Amino acid sequence: MMSNGFEPKIVGFLCNWCSYTGADLAGTSRIKYATNLRVIRTMCSARIDPTFILKALLEGADGVLICGCHPGDCHYVEGNYKAMRRYPLLKRLLDAYGIENERVQLEWVSASEGRRFAEVVDRMTEQIKALGPCKVRTALAFDMAER
Amino acid sequence: METTGKKKLQIALYWGAACGGCDVAVLDTNEFILDVAAIADIRMWPIATDGKYKDIEAMEDGELDLVLFNGAVRNSENEHVAKLLRRKARVMVAFGSCAHIGGIPGLANQVTKEEIFDRAYLNNPSIEPGNRTVPLPESHVEAGALEIPTAYKRVYKLDDIVPIDYYVPGCPPLPAQIKGVLLAVATGQLPARGSVVGAGHRTVCDDCRRTRHERKIKKFYRPWQIIQDPETCLLEQGIVCAGSATRSGCGVRCPNSNMPCRGCYGPAPNVKDQGAKIVSAVASIIDSKDPAEIDRILEDVPDIMGYAYRFGLPASMLQRRI
Repeated sequence: MMSNGFEPKIVGFLCNWCSYTGADLAGTSRIKYATNLRVIRTMCSARIDPTFILKALLEGADGVLICGCHPGDCHYVEGNYKAMRRYPLLKRLLDAYGIENERVQLEWVSASEGRRFAEVVDRMTEQIKALGPCKVRTALAFDMAER
Repeated sequence: METTGKKKLQIALYWGAACGGCDVAVLDTNEFILDVAAIADIRMWPIATDGKYKDIEAMEDGELDLVLFNGAVRNSENEHVAKLLRRKARVMVAFGSCAHIGGIPGLANQVTKEEIFDRAYLNNPSIEPGNRTVPLPESHVEAGALEIPTAYKRVYKLDDIVPIDYYVPGCPPLPAQIKGVLLAVATGQLPARGSVVGAGHRTVCDDCRRTRHERKIKKFYRPWQIIQDPETCLLEQGIVCAGSATRSGCGVRCPNSNMPCRGCYGPAPNVKDQGAKIVSAVASIIDSKDPAEIDRILEDVPDIMGYAYRFGLPASMLQRRI
């Protein structure tokens, strides 16, 4: 256990058809997992605009988890491929911003993978605990207070 | 030019962290500048006329009808004069990309001040080893203490420092835009405070004459690496173009000249983060369903930060490298 008591806030964007249902299954199966994830349901992982991730980080998220259907399983046939293409480019941008690699993650979670969903959230929570709080907000507040 | 009042308009133009191109753009209005001189007193314009800070300090608050401030804010002098002019100005305009969204100087927000000083003054191959000096805010010479402005840790857009009435985008703004702003102030026909003036309300893509085919690509190119088709969307030819996230109004001058849009008009209306939208548009054109191949294709986009925020890093959501 971490001794500093830091409990990260992680925003999770979950696609309605697979990952959100997977999270639901984790719940109805009474699987215990970290309570650090705040879930936002989107109709598809393709709906997750890179702006959402930046906004989450700006408003105090320590991590952002993006979950969609496994490739080939998209309810809208091709939506998750759009997420798959955006993610690596967004990661390059975040790297240039100095945002650590583990803070934003993409995972494919199907409706039957309640167990896996719980494991993903647990793993990510531990990674972000190790990283510590995201510094975006404090850094920008500092900029306005001191040149 | 007709004016509403009998008194001559009192105007000032100033530059912060800028290249001087915005001032030259004002001169690009050609004979119109003489009309301006006929109806207005130019109280300060460092590039073209005299005018000392003490003259501005001596003015009544609100004595200036219009201040066109170009340039970002990245040192103590920029901030001091921005605040001074704001007090004296009835209408203050963030003029050009740097004042509007940070501009090219804003790219400095990718590195620290120490890294910039190191590169510019200490460990640059063209600097002789015995000549490595860093400018200090204060230095002492025989005649006494000398002061220069203090460089800030990062670059700010103008409205981070003072409230702004209007924004005129562009690197630099076009002569027609400049005329429009001057005429609006002269005739008192000002739009809603806080608006972007002299620009469109759509994206550059909306105005672009090139054809889109919903084509996807396997390879990105730098503009010089490819002979491009003048009729087809540049992004569909693998050239990273900022048009889809950028405010219209420039007349699509870059794509019409076979160069990609660089985004100098800033985010299109309702776009919160220009770079995030450019990331989205660029990624969507990739023709692959294999993460490893997507990664390989993206190797040809060497500097996504530079493409996404060439003119607007300080105005982006995260503003700088953390």
